[in-house]
Amino acid sequence: MPVLAKWYDLRDLGNAVGAFLDWIRDLGGPDWIPYVVSGLIGIVAILLWLLVSQLAFIWIERRVIGRMQARIGPNRVGPWGLLQPIADALKLLLKEAITNRYADKPLFWLGPVLIFIPALVVFAVIPFGEGMSLADLNVGVLFVIAITSINAIAIFISGWASNNKFALLGSMRAIAMLISYELVQAFALLGVVIFAGSMRLGDIVAWQSEFNTWMFLLQPLALVAFLIASAVEINRSPMDISEAESEIVAGYHTEYSGIKFGFFYAAEYFAAFAVSGVVVTLFLGGWTAWGLEEWVPGWLIFLSKLYLVFFLFIWTRGTLPRLRIDQLMAFSWKFLLELLFIHILVVGAQVLIWHEGDYPAEVVLPIFAVINWTLAVALIVGWATFMGHLSPERRAKRAVLTQELGAIYYRPADGHGDRPTRPLEEA
Amino acid sequence: MEDTGSIVAFWLLAALTLGSALAVVVIRDLIRAVVLLITSFLGVAGLYITLSADFVAVVQVLIYVGAISVLLLFAVMLTPRASRDNAETFFQIPAILLTGLVAFTISLVSLDTDWTVVERGGFEETASAIGESLLDKYVLPFEMAAVLLLVAMLGAIVLVHPEGTEEE
Repeated sequence: MPVLAKWYDLRDLGNAVGAFLDWIRDLGGPDWIPYVVSGLIGIVAILLWLLVSQLAFIWIERRVIGRMQARIGPNRVGPWGLLQPIADALKLLLKEAITNRYADKPLFWLGPVLIFIPALVVFAVIPFGEGMSLADLNVGVLFVIAITSINAIAIFISGWASNNKFALLGSMRAIAMLISYELVQAFALLGVVIFAGSMRLGDIVAWQSEFNTWMFLLQPLALVAFLIASAVEINRSPMDISEAESEIVAGYHTEYSGIKFGFFYAAEYFAAFAVSGVVVTLFLGGWTAWGLEEWVPGWLIFLSKLYLVFFLFIWTRGTLPRLRIDQLMAFSWKFLLELLFIHILVVGAQVLIWHEGDYPAEVVLPIFAVINWTLAVALIVGWATFMGHLSPERRAKRAVLTQELGAIYYRPADGHGDRPTRPLEEA
Repeated sequence: MEDTGSIVAFWLLAALTLGSALAVVVIRDLIRAVVLLITSFLGVAGLYITLSADFVAVVQVLIYVGAISVLLLFAVMLTPRASRDNAETFFQIPAILLTGLVAFTISLVSLDTDWTVVERGGFEETASAIGESLLDKYVLPFEMAAVLLLVAMLGAIVLVHPEGTEEE
């Protein structure tokens, strides 16, 4: 893309910001003022974009899910119900934020605040366009994983401080889930990092652009694993067992009302956008699209891909039933993780062959893509058929730990139906 | 460490780290103590950033804030009676004596040592430098640490595994 320094060249929003910063610099004053102002511009821009996208997608999600489930969805407030999210936001602002008497008040207050931090800070490293990231860290991928792990603490604090058994159950489930799927997430991203040879998100996008490929074409298994792990991380159905309303009221935010609940709701959306952004950056080529970025601003390409990935999350939410906690935990430890171990081994070997043999990328990468796709399909089908829950003798016969986390066990179908019974160890 | 920004950041982070570490010891409620311990870990991560050790800082957040503290929270929650209050202990005075001695020794050593300043500048990218030295020069300690962790994990599993659940 030819870089024009005119501020109105909106193909790179950095031009406008750069012109503004030059103007500030010309006014004089200490050196740190343009530095601080550029940071503030980035933060405000990201926040505004997030709020607008969130308001839009609350409406889109409810309408789309309504359509998927043969309902109508919100259609009363404004034309086609377009003003529904604003009405919801106003309602949340005006409602009383109740703190129950036996809550741990400082921690109860801290929970909703803390849950915002990971969801917002992740956006600092995501490149919205060429050079359009707030801080392109050289440990970007690791930063994403590290920051999102703070989520677990925020959820735990709010669940604990509520002094409510449903909230505590929800937060315990959330943490059990998060620490299981964090490993999956890390291993999925490790494959990408091995291929791109850098942890800087901008470099990974540049790598995909250089070899005219998107990472998911080379590593489909990593994309699938990362999408599943992210759906767990952001607590969206079908993995939202930590707030499963049919089992434990509302999970860790049972006791929160008014704007405090609104914080959880908003943070969930922000985290979903953040995760979609990471998926787009690492697996779908970021702000590049095979030459299209010459004509269309890179940030528009990035945003459209991001909304597409987010739509995928809406889609799964609208169509899939919620998993049980033991299914979810077993799926991480007994299925995804093993597959990813094999995946990492194969990917590492491929990179070694490529770099040691000094083969041209046009020859090697298609071969790797074919190998990895075959491997992914073979592994998923094979593992599910021979090692997984499909074979009855491999199903867990006795609850060991998940029962502590609020799982309800059903008697195996032996003619008595699937009614809930006593825990199996007493039966 | 010459410009004002770094100095201000250092003192703020040091105050955060030490203040919350002190509060961890003083405070009664165990869960609040763990939360303050997390703040202390974050302060240490910030100190690493001021030393431009970005990889170590991120790993500090990942391991200590993301994993160790969750482990601590679980441990506190699964310990009966410890959940709501931090009871009195018989070892208060010996503990104060011991920590005083340790603090005295460490400060004496740090003040007494003739610290050498390396002339070479910082690394361009710390992550790759750490990776290369871990898998090249220090591969044996690295592998030994990995085996040690594996053994510890297996030991923990064996310890908590209930009797007679192997095969049914």
